Amino acid sequence: MSTIKPYGDTLDDGAVQLSFTLPIPWDESADEAARRLVAKMGFSDVAVVEGRAIAAGFSFFVVYARTPVAIDVSTVAAPAATRDALDMAGVDELIQRRIGRKLRVVGACIGTDAHTVGIDAILNMKGYKGDYGLERYRGFDVYNLGSQIAVEDLVRFAKQREVDAILASQVVTQKGSDIANFTALAELLEAENLRDGVLLIAGGPRVTNLLAAEIGYDAGFGRGTLPSEVATFIARRIADRVPA
Amino acid sequence: MELRVNREAVADARRLAGAIVDPIAEFIGRHSTVSVERAVARLCGIDGVDPDGVPLPNRLVDALPVRESGVARSLGAAVAESGRTPQQVAEAVAAGAALPDPARTPEAALRASLLPWVERGLGRIDANRERRDALLARLPQPPPPRLYVIVASGNIYEDRTAAVAAAEAGAQIVAVIRSTAQSLLDYVPFGATTEGFGGTYATQENFRIMRAALDETSERLGRYVMLTNYASGLCMPEIAATAALERLDMLLNDSMYGILFRDINMQRTFVDQHFSRRLNARSGIIINTGEDNYLTTADAVEQAPAVLASQFINEAFAHRAGMADAQIGLGDAYEIDPDLENGFLFAVAQAQLARQIFPDSPLKYMPPTKHMTGDIFKGHLIDAMFNLTSVMTHQTIHLCGMLTEAIHTPFLGDRALALENARYIMTTARSFGDEIEVKPGGIIDRRARDVLNGAVALLAHVAERGLMRAIEDGSFADVRRTPQGGRGLDGVFAKDPSYWNPVTEALAAEETVLR
Repeated sequence: MSTIKPYGDTLDDGAVQLSFTLPIPWDESADEAARRLVAKMGFSDVAVVEGRAIAAGFSFFVVYARTPVAIDVSTVAAPAATRDALDMAGVDELIQRRIGRKLRVVGACIGTDAHTVGIDAILNMKGYKGDYGLERYRGFDVYNLGSQIAVEDLVRFAKQREVDAILASQVVTQKGSDIANFTALAELLEAENLRDGVLLIAGGPRVTNLLAAEIGYDAGFGRGTLPSEVATFIARRIADRVPA
Repeated sequence: MELRVNREAVADARRLAGAIVDPIAEFIGRHSTVSVERAVARLCGIDGVDPDGVPLPNRLVDALPVRESGVARSLGAAVAESGRTPQQVAEAVAAGAALPDPARTPEAALRASLLPWVERGLGRIDANRERRDALLARLPQPPPPRLYVIVASGNIYEDRTAAVAAAEAGAQIVAVIRSTAQSLLDYVPFGATTEGFGGTYATQENFRIMRAALDETSERLGRYVMLTNYASGLCMPEIAATAALERLDMLLNDSMYGILFRDINMQRTFVDQHFSRRLNARSGIIINTGEDNYLTTADAVEQAPAVLASQFINEAFAHRAGMADAQIGLGDAYEIDPDLENGFLFAVAQAQLARQIFPDSPLKYMPPTKHMTGDIFKGHLIDAMFNLTSVMTHQTIHLCGMLTEAIHTPFLGDRALALENARYIMTTARSFGDEIEVKPGGIIDRRARDVLNGAVALLAHVAERGLMRAIEDGSFADVRRTPQGGRGLDGVFAKDPSYWNPVTEALAAEETVLR
C-alpha cells in the first residue's frame, strides 16, 4: 500500500480540515462562497462547519472536505541530516580518533535577522532540551557571532579563522528574506573560492534538509534539532574527508 | 490570591537597584549622544530629508562645529543670526551652508532665539497628553488585562487594515512591529513605507497614518484604542520624540535590552534610555520593558530571578527619569517548558509576585514563544494557560499569544482567534484569582520566595561589581558586553562646560515641580 490519501476515520476517505479568512462581511452567502471556493480547489463533500465575522469586512471559516487526490509515497524521499546521532562523548571520540584536532565552527544569524534562539540552542554551552551545545564539546572551537551579521563579515571571519563549518541561521522568513540571505552566503563563498573547504549548514524553523540541498548547502536542520545531531553531522562529514 | 511576600527582601532589592543605577546616573549626566541631539532638533520642529534621503536632524547634528556643546547652541546661534526657523536652518545646512560658531552669538540671544521653538515642541506634546486623557475619559477602555496585538506586514497600509480589524475583534492596544534591522539604523527613516522585513519601519508619517486610523476606530467603537511602537536601538531618543509628537500611547523601552540582545554599546544605551524616559514621563507614554527576552534566550525556570532583578533595575532607572509608577509597564513572559510538571504554578507564582511587588505598575505580560511549534492546536492550549495566568494575577497589558507564533507574522484570522481565546478565558475566569488562597509552604509559595531571594542575590552581586562590569561578566542572560564594545559608541560624547540642552532642562525643571 504505497498510494495513500489523508485518513479521517476510514481508509482512503481523504478527509482534511481547512481554516481561512475571506475579505467579505459574514452572512449565509459568505458560508456558501467559502463552500464553493473549497469545491473549486478540487475537494468534495465540503462542509463549512463554522463561519463568522471576525471584523468589519472579514469572515473566518472552518471547513471539512475530502480530497480525491492520492500520493504514491514510494516515490518520495526527503533524507534528514539527523540520522543516528551520536552523543557528545561519541562525537568527541570520533573527532579525536579520526581527525585528531579540534574542529572550528562559526555560527551567526545572517542578514537583518535578530532572532538568535536557534543558533544559540545549537551552539551555547547550555544547549537545548538537555542536549549540550557545541561549546561544551571538547572537539569543537565555537565562534557564535550572534545576530544581524552581514554575509560579508561572516565570510571574512570564516576565512581568517580557517573554519571547518559555517552555521547560518534564519528565523524571519517574510518575503523570502531567509532564502535570499542563505543564497547570498553560498554565492559569496563560491566567489571567494572558499566553498569546497567548509561545511555549509543552514538552520531555522522553516529549514529542511531538502531545501538546504536545493540551495547548495551541505545540510539543513529544522525545528526541534538537537545540538548533538548537528555535531554528529559535522564530525562524520569531516571524518569522511580524512584519508583512512 | 495573596502571596506572603517578604517586605524586607523587597526593600533590600529596591535599595540595591538604587545603588546599581546611581553611579550610571552620574555617567549619564556627563554625556550626550548624537541621537539625543537629533531628538532635540526634532522637538524644535526639524523634519524631512535631503535629496539623498538623509534625515535633516542627522545632517544638522553631523554639521555641528562643536558637537560637545550640543545642537541647541549652534541651532540657537543660527536662528539668532539669520532670523530663520530651525527647519530653514536645517534645510540650509543640508544644502551645504555652514553653521555659525556659537561663540560669536551672545548666550542670552541664542537661548532666546531657540526657546520659543522648544516650548512649541513641548507644547505639542503636552496638548497630545491632554487629548489622550480626554479621549480615555470619554471613550473608556474595558478593564485590564488590556488586550494587545501586533501587526507586522511591512506595509503600513496593510498594517492599518489589520489594526482596524484587530480593534474590531477586541484589541485595546495595537503595536506595529519594526522591520528587523531598524534598531541598528543610526537614523529614523522618513515617510510612509510599504517595504519591511518582519515588520514595518517606524517613521513619523507611519505613526500619523496609524494614529488617524485608530482614532477613527476608537470613536466608532466607543473605546480608545492605544498605539504602540519601539523606542529601542540606536534612535531610542528620536523615536520617543516622534512618538510624543504623534500621540503614541506606549513604547517598548528597556534600560538594558539593546545592550544585551542587540549588541548596542552600553554607554550609548544608558544615556539614550534616560533622555527617552524623561520625554516619556512628560508625554504620558507608558513604557513596556523587555524582561521577556531573558526567558526566550535561556531557561525560563533558571532565569526567573533575573527577570525580577531586571524589573527592579528598570523601575529604578525610570524613577530617576521622572516616570510615575503608572507609566512603568514592567515585563514578564509565560515561557516555561510545557513539559515541565507544575510549570503553570511557577508562572503563576512569578506573575503574582510581580503584581504584589509593583502594585501600581501596568505590568506587561508576554505570551509563550520559545516553546511554540508548528502544532497550532497545542499552541492554542498553551496560550490559554497564559491567558489564565494573566487574568488570575491581574496583569495589566496582555500581549495576546498567536497559535501560529512559530510559523509566520500573524494572519488577520490568527489575531481574531487569539483575541477570542483571551476573551473567553478572561470572562470565564474573571475573578478566579480573587477567590483562591495560596497554600502556605506549597509549590507557589516556595517558588515565589525562591525567585525573590534569587533576585536579591543577583542584585547584590551586580551592585558589588557595578552594572557595567556585571554586564561584562555575563551576569545578565549569560551575555557578555564591554563598555567599549557594540554599536553606536562613536555617537557618545562628554559634554563640554558650554553644553546646553533646553529640552533636558525643561524636562528636569518639570520634575522638580512635581516633587
